[in-house]
Amino acid sequence: MSQPRLRILVADDSASDRLIMETLLKRLGHDVIAVKDGLEAVQRFEDSRPDLVLMDVMMPELDGIAAARQMRELADKELVPIIFLTSLHDARDLAACLDAGGDDFLSKPYNPVILQAKIKAFSRLRRLHTEVRRQREYLIAEQHAAKGIFDRIANQGELSAANIRYLLSPMAIFNGDVLLAAQQPGGDMLVILGDFTGHGLPAAIGIMPMAEIFYGMVAKSFGLEAVLREINTRLKTVLPASVFCCATAVQMNYRNRHIEIWAGGLPDGLVYHTSSAAITPIPSTHLPLGVLHPDQFRYAPMIVEMHAHDAVYLWSDGISETSNPEGEMFGEQRLLDLFSASENRVDMFVHITQSLRDFSQQGIQTDDYSLVEIRPRKDFNLPEIASRLHQSERQPRSIGNWSLEYELRAESLKVSDPVPLLMHMLLQAPGLRAHGGVIHTILSELYSNALEHGVLGLSSRMKDDADGFRHYYQLRAEGLQALQDASVRIRAEVVPVQEGGLLRLRMKDSGPGFDFNHHGAPDQNPAYYGRGLTLLKSLCRRVEYFVPGNEVLVEFIWREQSN
Amino acid sequence: MSILSSGSADGKELTIRIKGRFDFSTHQDFRSAYESAPEALSSFVVDLREATYLDSSALGMLLLLRDHAGGDGSRVRIVNCNSDVKKILAISNFEQLFTIQ
Repeated sequence: MSQPRLRILVADDSASDRLIMETLLKRLGHDVIAVKDGLEAVQRFEDSRPDLVLMDVMMPELDGIAAARQMRELADKELVPIIFLTSLHDARDLAACLDAGGDDFLSKPYNPVILQAKIKAFSRLRRLHTEVRRQREYLIAEQHAAKGIFDRIANQGELSAANIRYLLSPMAIFNGDVLLAAQQPGGDMLVILGDFTGHGLPAAIGIMPMAEIFYGMVAKSFGLEAVLREINTRLKTVLPASVFCCATAVQMNYRNRHIEIWAGGLPDGLVYHTSSAAITPIPSTHLPLGVLHPDQFRYAPMIVEMHAHDAVYLWSDGISETSNPEGEMFGEQRLLDLFSASENRVDMFVHITQSLRDFSQQGIQTDDYSLVEIRPRKDFNLPEIASRLHQSERQPRSIGNWSLEYELRAESLKVSDPVPLLMHMLLQAPGLRAHGGVIHTILSELYSNALEHGVLGLSSRMKDDADGFRHYYQLRAEGLQALQDASVRIRAEVVPVQEGGLLRLRMKDSGPGFDFNHHGAPDQNPAYYGRGLTLLKSLCRRVEYFVPGNEVLVEFIWREQSN
Repeated sequence: MSILSSGSADGKELTIRIKGRFDFSTHQDFRSAYESAPEALSSFVVDLREATYLDSSALGMLLLLRDHAGGDGSRVRIVNCNSDVKKILAISNFEQLFTIQ
């Protein structure tokens, strides 16, 4: 088998030795560049990029060892074998040549057989090295392409929303961190910070189904529980047993003015109460997503009151594992101290990121953490009228004319949320799609009145203080659990009218009703005031209660858009 | 990092001892330890006394072992955990799936 023709650089200050080597090499069929000192060697190395270097150790200007060091730097990632030519025979001296950066040595006088054998061996090594590098570059290019796809899928949402700030370092994304945020048509914002096990593509693969489910369901007004259940089921089904997603999920529920948080596997996050600089920890109480079978999945969220100046902070474990040049880790305590030690005017997000930067003293390349800050929307205290106009939809002229009746009894009341399903049905009416937000608000308000105030008999006055708040949700959970005979019946009707379209919603619950005639002061008739009647009346043309108060009818009119 | 496995006298329980870092590099050895064990096993013990570090791939491997051992009906105990290891297992709520001592 004939050898490939190599370009070989020979450096030797002895003219005769140079000539001997040059002759030997040319006879073997190689191209030779011959130089007489180290300086010239480095120069010719740079401009002709030889495949192999044969270099004398003792040379003027620049000796072989120093020249070898410079050549290595120039070669960068490429492997260019450097063989020292030496008349030294002492084992220690020869070993020193290799320590200094040579790959091998050749003793003078040259033995052509050995010379040829070494050239062959190193040429083989170089080919192998080049092949490995090529494959690595190919894999990296593949990963970039895949990552591009994942980024597009994962970034469909609301990450640019004004009330969310986040930091996802590139390394963290590579290691499976994901951040999803989207707004329901009715205005609630859902956010999930996740961390898949593993690195690179295997870690990132789970992000695709998770993001698709998240964005699809939130757009249809599904709430946190339904979304998490579905994600858990999908990940359990498609991913191997050893791959799962540690996550914390948050729903900013503006209608009820509370924050709902499900934590499974990420380090504890916290709610920071800016006014008092106090912290409410968010402990991880669930198994990560993708571990449990669908029927074993647990949803027992933490519910916290929403205050204008509070903020939720979530982070991945990379934060406490960030290390400084001395190898010390940032640790969880240091992070918590940042919160307790700060005055309430400090911008915590900036403060945390700055502290991490100061501690690690390294660039963003080595950062491997994710940090998210979620604040309530600025106007969350105003009555919720979020309506999102859907782009690029030409509304056809026909309103349609249909009705549906849907009844949930005890077993279903315990586990189902009918609002997303009804929304889906109602938004089939083309004209209503532009009013998705308002419809969602009306439907949610009516249903929660029917379930919580009607069937369960809870009073929203209880939510006025912190303890009452917790108590309310505890009673709600207990009440649902204990439900035996109960029902909520919903009737929806869409008909064309002169102005455009009319949606008529009637809801009847199995509760005792309330005195809907007596207005009076809030403390005289708490039942009346807890039902968002002002809101409903502002959104609907008609709001009418029927004796004994467990049945309500509302009408919503919309004008047809002419395109 | 090393794995040592030993069966109980009655052949019903297998103990796998992890020494050093319990991470992705342990993957092959860990799997071999329980896959090559005889079928009659009814319980497994993972001894972490000498384990210095646990990462998410270690948690994944524990889940694989649990699957192999029969999933929900399995008996897998994780013993001799130091406080760091206990904390990692606690954050992931693995005590809901394993007996942790």
